[in-house]
Amino acid sequence: MSQAPNDANPNHRTHGVPEGLWMRCPECSAMLFRKAVEESLHVCPECGHHFRISAHVRISQLCDPDTFEELFQDIEPGDPIHFHDKKSYKDRLQSEQSKTGNKDAVVCGKGFIKGRPLVLAVMDPTFMMGSMGSVVGEKITRAIEQATEAKLPLLIVSCSGGARMQESTLSLMQMAKTSAALARLDDAGGLFISLLADPTTGGVTASFAMLGDFIIAEPRALIAFAGPRTIANTIKMALPDGFQRAEFLEEKGFLDFVIHRKDLRSEIARLIDFCAK
Amino acid sequence: MATTIVESQTDTFASAGASNLRHVLEFEKPLAHLEQQIHEVEGLQSKNGVDYAAELRDLRNNYTALLRKTYGHLSAWETVQVARHPQRPLFRDYVEMICRDFRELHGDRHFGEDPAIQCGLARLAGHKIMLIGTHKGRDTKEKIKCCFGLAHPEGYRKALRCMKLAEKFGLPVVTLVDTAGAYPGIGAEERGQAESIARNLMEMSRLRTPIISIITGEGGSGGALGLAIADKVAMLEFAWYSVISPEGCSGILWKGGNNVAEAAEALKLTSKYLKPMGIVDTVIPEPLGGAHRDPRAAAYSLEQYIAKTLRDLKRCKTENLLARRYERFRDLGVVIESSRKQSSRSMA
Ligand SMILES: [Zn+2]
Repeated sequence: MSQAPNDANPNHRTHGVPEGLWMRCPECSAMLFRKAVEESLHVCPECGHHFRISAHVRISQLCDPDTFEELFQDIEPGDPIHFHDKKSYKDRLQSEQSKTGNKDAVVCGKGFIKGRPLVLAVMDPTFMMGSMGSVVGEKITRAIEQATEAKLPLLIVSCSGGARMQESTLSLMQMAKTSAALARLDDAGGLFISLLADPTTGGVTASFAMLGDFIIAEPRALIAFAGPRTIANTIKMALPDGFQRAEFLEEKGFLDFVIHRKDLRSEIARLIDFCAK
Repeated sequence: MATTIVESQTDTFASAGASNLRHVLEFEKPLAHLEQQIHEVEGLQSKNGVDYAAELRDLRNNYTALLRKTYGHLSAWETVQVARHPQRPLFRDYVEMICRDFRELHGDRHFGEDPAIQCGLARLAGHKIMLIGTHKGRDTKEKIKCCFGLAHPEGYRKALRCMKLAEKFGLPVVTLVDTAGAYPGIGAEERGQAESIARNLMEMSRLRTPIISIITGEGGSGGALGLAIADKVAMLEFAWYSVISPEGCSGILWKGGNNVAEAAEALKLTSKYLKPMGIVDTVIPEPLGGAHRDPRAAAYSLEQYIAKTLRDLKRCKTENLLARRYERFRDLGVVIESSRKQSSRSMA
């Protein structure tokens, strides 16, 4: 894993994990032995800071060993509007693909958590900030449809800078598409657990991320519609401490609970058991 | 943004009525210059009692030709400026021009009343409907009250409450969208801006009554989409609809620099691009030179479109309507799939 994005973060904490034996915690500045951090699920052993993790690391942490079976993996992004800023979208995609080894910013599949089967869609913050374009929208929609048809619980792990600008209005439409698919899952009585990881912002928050039967988040995760910088620029005021962090959303009534990474598997299994019909 | 104001007759050169001070956009300056000349020659004609009919006819022909040429080739950024023109009709203007009756309904029943989104029972071309729209405000006082059309969660929740009412009583829903986006502020975030928009996307996708959405001016991101899940989505000819404003996009991707025009172009946010992509079903033509030149003509086109579409949708069985609404959005997106080629309509 190379540099994770930190644009959505107002405090300029670097979530990057430099190569080497040692790494510094962006939160408490402790010098940490990389292997020890990985063994503690990429959580700082000193202060509990939850590092951003790729979709594959997340899946290996969540699923029972060797149970994950990837779905829709041959879906790749196109360049529907031939987007070009300082760099072309095509080139940007190519460099992100070779950097991460992934085709786009979400990995979907079927797996087991503590023996319970489920459908998972896990966003990948290492690929273009986990932004949602057509591929993310399409794969998440298919995962939702799969869960609906197979009557399996659905877990979506959100971790995203929001809708992807390079696909413009088509990216916006992915919000509509995923939300409509969730309405059908809901009508069918299906269970949807939405897990929000740092950061969950923009069009992802304003669509499937906020539509879970259960909405849970990792500690201190940034969860927002408008990013803190946009808000600070608009209102020309300093933002309150802890604003838009998971604990803040819980206090305001928008999350069921904040949960440490080490307890995720058991809590997800517990929710699935309570909702089993 | 230009600030010149010229005094002019209406563009049809009707001698009486609607004479007004019209805001002139930068690219409209040559048009304003011609208008000014016409105005002056007309003045001379009546003052001196001479007949300048031939000269006036030429000037007017030149004006119409230039207007046609200018508005036939607007750049994306010019289109955005037209969509934001200070004299472009707003939600309330349309209500006055197309509704026979409008009973406004207030409040989300949870927290408050957000005038940036207005809802009401309305009669339009013989149909009883629930009319919902974003309103930017016409004068400074109203603009501040409406937060310039940037809605808070209460607005989206009020809209959903009214849509549920419409569903219950079998009224079709019509939404008119003209917003730069949802309000980015502390209160809006604290009260669940994202949740309120997400909820609308989900509930509108399964609302058991016909929905028509029209982007009349600005279709700014999730704030616009939160009112635009519909059986038929249309946009006025010079409206824009995008995931981000040109300013926002330029700020992020071009960093610094003033690249709004490039960003607007890159985002393909005009009706010319959005119709072939299937993002909008219909482009409603505006009067020559844009809705701000002739609000009544714009309102008439809008009304005709709504009336016709309502007639069509009312004929559909609810189950078919919902299935088609789902497929409409389900199809949007362009991906490459090695096992089978799959893409949205006509995106070659
Ligand atoms: Zn630490």
